[in-house]
Amino acid sequence: MTTEKDNIVLHVADVHKTFGGLHALSDIDLQIEEGKTHAIIGPNGAGKSTLLNVVVGRLAPTRGAVVFDGQVLTGKQPHEINQVGVARVFQTPEIFPDLTVIQNVMAPAFARRDGSFTLNFFKSIDDETEIREEAEHMLEDVGMTASKDMLAGSLSRGDKRRMELAMCLIQHPRLLLLDEPTAGMSRHDTNTTIDLLKKIKERGMTKVIIEHDMHVVFSLADKISVLAGGRIIAEGTPEEVRNNPKVQEAYLGGAH
Amino acid sequence: MDAIFLQFLNGLDKGGAYALIALGLTLVFGTLGVVNFAHGALFMLGAFCAVTVRKILTLEMIATDPEKVTAWGTPLEIRTPYVEAWFGDFGSFMVDYSVPFSILLAIPVMLVIGIVMERGLIKHFYRRPHAEQILVTFGLAIVLQEIIKHYFGANPIPQPMPSVVGGAADIGAAMGMDPNVIVYPWWRLIYFAFSVVVIGAVFAFLQFTTFGMVVRAGMADRETVGLIGIDIDKRFTAMFGLAAVVAGMAGVMYTPLLPPDYHLGMDFLVLSFVVVVVGGMGSLPGAVAAGFLLGILQSLASMTEIKAIIPGIDQIIIYLVAVIILLVRPRGLLGRRGVMES
Amino acid sequence: MNALFSMSRKDVITFVLFAAVVLLMPIWLQPFGAAYPDLMQKFAIFGILAIGFNVLFGLTGYLSFGHAAFLGVGSYTAVWTFKLFSMNPIPALILAVVISGIFALAIGFVSLRRSGIYFSILTLAFAQMSYNLAYSVLTPITNGETGLQLTLDDPRIVDSAFGGVNDGSLPVSNLFGLVDMSGISGFYFCAVFLIIGFFITQRIFASPFGMMLRAIKSNQTRMNYTGFNTRPYTLTAFVISGMFAGLAGGLMAVTDPLAGAERMQWTASGEIVLMTILGGVGTLIGPVVGAWLIKYFENIFSSFNESVLHNLFSFLPDNVESFVVSVTSMFVGEGWHLTLGLIFVLVVTFLPGGMMEGFRRIGSLFNRDGGDKAKPDEPAPAPAPAE
Repeated sequence: MTTEKDNIVLHVADVHKTFGGLHALSDIDLQIEEGKTHAIIGPNGAGKSTLLNVVVGRLAPTRGAVVFDGQVLTGKQPHEINQVGVARVFQTPEIFPDLTVIQNVMAPAFARRDGSFTLNFFKSIDDETEIREEAEHMLEDVGMTASKDMLAGSLSRGDKRRMELAMCLIQHPRLLLLDEPTAGMSRHDTNTTIDLLKKIKERGMTKVIIEHDMHVVFSLADKISVLAGGRIIAEGTPEEVRNNPKVQEAYLGGAH
Repeated sequence: MDAIFLQFLNGLDKGGAYALIALGLTLVFGTLGVVNFAHGALFMLGAFCAVTVRKILTLEMIATDPEKVTAWGTPLEIRTPYVEAWFGDFGSFMVDYSVPFSILLAIPVMLVIGIVMERGLIKHFYRRPHAEQILVTFGLAIVLQEIIKHYFGANPIPQPMPSVVGGAADIGAAMGMDPNVIVYPWWRLIYFAFSVVVIGAVFAFLQFTTFGMVVRAGMADRETVGLIGIDIDKRFTAMFGLAAVVAGMAGVMYTPLLPPDYHLGMDFLVLSFVVVVVGGMGSLPGAVAAGFLLGILQSLASMTEIKAIIPGIDQIIIYLVAVIILLVRPRGLLGRRGVMES
Repeated sequence: MNALFSMSRKDVITFVLFAAVVLLMPIWLQPFGAAYPDLMQKFAIFGILAIGFNVLFGLTGYLSFGHAAFLGVGSYTAVWTFKLFSMNPIPALILAVVISGIFALAIGFVSLRRSGIYFSILTLAFAQMSYNLAYSVLTPITNGETGLQLTLDDPRIVDSAFGGVNDGSLPVSNLFGLVDMSGISGFYFCAVFLIIGFFITQRIFASPFGMMLRAIKSNQTRMNYTGFNTRPYTLTAFVISGMFAGLAGGLMAVTDPLAGAERMQWTASGEIVLMTILGGVGTLIGPVVGAWLIKYFENIFSSFNESVLHNLFSFLPDNVESFVVSVTSMFVGEGWHLTLGLIFVLVVTFLPGGMMEGFRRIGSLFNRDGGDKAKPDEPAPAPAPAE
């Protein structure tokens, strides 16, 4: 493991997580470099989602800490973690089904501009032209301008995902966590999403992707960590991981 | 010490009523996932089964005695209940025991009411939000209580207990203490015993019958049971009927302790919900334990010594306990994780 | 200042129409036989109560079953202000709103730690505690079952300092000795507050704050992961709606200076929920319409008695008449609550969106093209005065 301390934006330091007697995560030590796309792969039940939940504050680690840009995230509330610049796309889209698409994208922009709570009930939302325009741009970027006035709940699953991505991107987070961003998508939609994620990469946003789809992983990731049985069994560039016999045995060999 | 023991006893019958209602609420919630605000009304309907039976049994035949006249010079009227006129001593025995007899009527009546309620209204709300379930059953509770008010009036109707058990038991003496220190009305003891028997029967039913096993499995994981190909809906309908019968019987037996009126159900409902929440939503043992616990706590809080320290505590103790439990142990005493959160 | 100008055209039209409908009540209610002051005061007061409740339940989805407690607190506060200081309604209302707001802050702070049914039960528990205490140990403050009333020997410090005359009869609340708060002037006084209350809710609905509340109802998890701390939002909504209820309670005391604990009972809370549901949860106008309809029909139905029914059905043959009368008598007079319960069950079952959803459905029948685009955040159009 290399330690380039300067440009490490997220450091998962020696994290353990047990449920009852079950070791879901052991000795996890991850360093994510600024501006890079880091993929975490591994077979089902390897602890990928648990790891992500520990990072965003949904689960408290049994031991260890998560440090983001010098701040300890462990013990913080999800909204506090978001406010320091970590956004998350869920495996099953978490959106506001009763709001319109444009409102779904505007809400996170308010959180970024006004913080976790503001009493602004005498200003009309129609006067928030800046935020509206920004949201419209965002929807254009993900190709959803046409459905901006639709109820988000009535969107297709793929569109919900794309919208959720827009909801995260409008916050310009320093770190974007993606939990299987293409699961359940058609090949065409998957490719669109890959292009979109590549575009974000050019803007220099750090991303952590949990993914099953090797096509997605190898076309996006700068670095890959392989998780199996709650431990990191390999780490490196896509090439290194692909040629690692341990990985082939634990994961690739089994799957393909 | 004796006073505390007496108050402890006093809490048992009320606790029994809370436990019986809470048990039904939990069964319905656990199996059907429905928050039933009309459950208190079922308790009230049971109580009015007793009122009805007594009304029928005491329908009187009026005869005049030509030999005797009243002070006003009119022939003396002799009123005898028909049942006594027809069946003699057995008739008067029936009148005397009208409350326990009413259970025989209450069981089929409440079963039918329960099934009709579930098939007619509740089943349409399985997949609707809990708020809507609360609202529709709240409306139903109003309808039921207003119908009762229309036919029976707004005033409480006292129901006598059988004369044999009208007195009080000297429990202190029976336990080797001084006589006449701990005396306790027989009917309260009977109510406590009755509630224990019914609760035991329900648990045994759920534990040892195939029907009960399916229902318990359904409470734990409805979809899987559905996948095995068991028609769970029919059993759940029966479960609703059972909950209604339990509530109804609890209501029948409670009438000698508290003359029923039309809003009896609402009064007990609020408390029973608190009981369910304290016990842990969806936990049957929790509901029973919390029912007795809160009944006893309420009874203890109404001791003058305690009221002198904290005035008004007897009025709010149950709610206070509920608030504390909900904040400290959100899932109640014995509740499962994640039930009904959000 | 700026707020009025930033209203969209549609909002301005809705507001002006609403104000006109309220202020012209004494005229358009005539043909319905409802244009007398007592009833119109109720329309205004319960309208305030319902729109306030809607800010909480309609926007955030938190179903409070204890809102009547705030109504009661408002009433008690107002009557005490009358007794101690002045018969002027303004200080009474200010205090009623402030005290019920503090009360709501305390109850909300605790209750909002839970959601779903647990929240409902917590609010219910607090309301029942208030109700039970008002009847027992708090009797020195609430006067127990009799209810809190004005008496001749109340100090009324401010009034007596300004040379108020004690003429041996109980005083009536009045605005600086100019306008009495009874009768039609009392109605206009309440109506002004209803219009102000409507304006405030309209602003909340159109604001980012309102959107956040709706987002909380829609998906609380996403709100948290989007960087919002939802608790202060729901607490603010809870306090606002508690203050509306306090205002309504205060106005009840202003138009009729007495306060009783039964105002705090949980069935009273149920009635508030009912009004909101009947009209349409989460819509701007719906709750007001619901409150008006319920108070209007309560008035009509409870005034019916058997002789009125006999007159009404006298055209029928005798035995049919007595049958019809005996059936209908179940639903009127004392039986009004039965009708109310039935309406409630029917509305929740078939029309969960309330009257406003009904209007929308009817509307979309007439213009098929536009009707399908459901936009939940748009305030529904103002009802025609004669719905």
